[in-house]
Amino acid sequence: MAVYECLSEISNKIIANKDFLTELDREIGDSDHGINLSRGFTAVLEKVSKDEQDMGVSLKKAGMTLLSTVGGASGPLYGTAFMEAAKVLTGKTELNAQDFLAALDAAIAGIQKRGKAVKGEKTMLDAIIPARDAYAEKINAGADLIAGLEAAVKAANDGVEYTKTIIATKGRASYLGERSIGHQDPGATSSTLTLEAILDYLKNK
Amino acid sequence: MTGIVIVSHSWKIAEGVRDLALEMAAGYDDKIIAAGGLDDENKTIGTDAMKIMQAIIKANQAADNGGVVILADIGSGIMSAQTAIELLSESDDDNEKNINVKLADAPIVEGAVCAAVEAVGGGDLEAVLNAAESARGESKL
Repeated sequence: MAVYECLSEISNKIIANKDFLTELDREIGDSDHGINLSRGFTAVLEKVSKDEQDMGVSLKKAGMTLLSTVGGASGPLYGTAFMEAAKVLTGKTELNAQDFLAALDAAIAGIQKRGKAVKGEKTMLDAIIPARDAYAEKINAGADLIAGLEAAVKAANDGVEYTKTIIATKGRASYLGERSIGHQDPGATSSTLTLEAILDYLKNK
Repeated sequence: MTGIVIVSHSWKIAEGVRDLALEMAAGYDDKIIAAGGLDDENKTIGTDAMKIMQAIIKANQAADNGGVVILADIGSGIMSAQTAIELLSESDDDNEKNINVKLADAPIVEGAVCAAVEAVGGGDLEAVLNAAESARGESKL
């Protein structure tokens, strides 16, 4: 599987939502989330080989590119997530439901290691941990990759809604304290968009 | 000898802190390295873990493999520095893997000056790290 196609779906989605993500970040952060991620994912499309079939090789390249080009905290966070997922998928050329779960687990562990955050702090983890749990439940009950990801995307969107109700305690938004309530977290939003793009790619493949 | 790497979101801050530290550390031009901003050309605000990693390698070489202390600013400055340290520890190149590198828990300006003074005086990695971190509780008034 050429991961380039999937990365391209993610990049286009992030770039299409650049202004929306930046607007969310203007409300509770430093107004750069959409700009930074768009710059990073644009570079990913330039650096990752269109023909590379090893999913691990492509994801590692994508992760290293994000580390170098995003600029804000989402650089090390997304970069580490992609590089940890790459370790799990190295040598593999086809994505199956169990491998995707292992990659998701590795990505989440990487984000937690880098950001030292837990669920409930108004971060990307509030979208992707529920997404991971919903996905695991589905596929363990026998569902396939796409059905699992549909459940994951729904849980991630619920997670984004949940971030509106809580106070930020990590990152720039934590300076706002209670004023961060009512706003959805930009990182939770961009990570949900990422999962949606992976689902769109798999559906249309 | 001990090398020092200065990490900031701002290219100008990293270069400026380096200039200030070098005033106290004559002859350390190649051992105190700035790794600020996303790119050197446009000086875009941001941090780059790969650029920081290369700076650590260069500073360590200039310091005859004595190790490197990193001073970093806020948020992703810390995260990118930690990412760079981890990338080195996972490197296939033994020279890179074995670099002794520590991230100081210290204010970037005061910490860099204290670290530079200790480094130029011949302090080893631990001594330079301690000097940087001694700046943390310093009262200014």
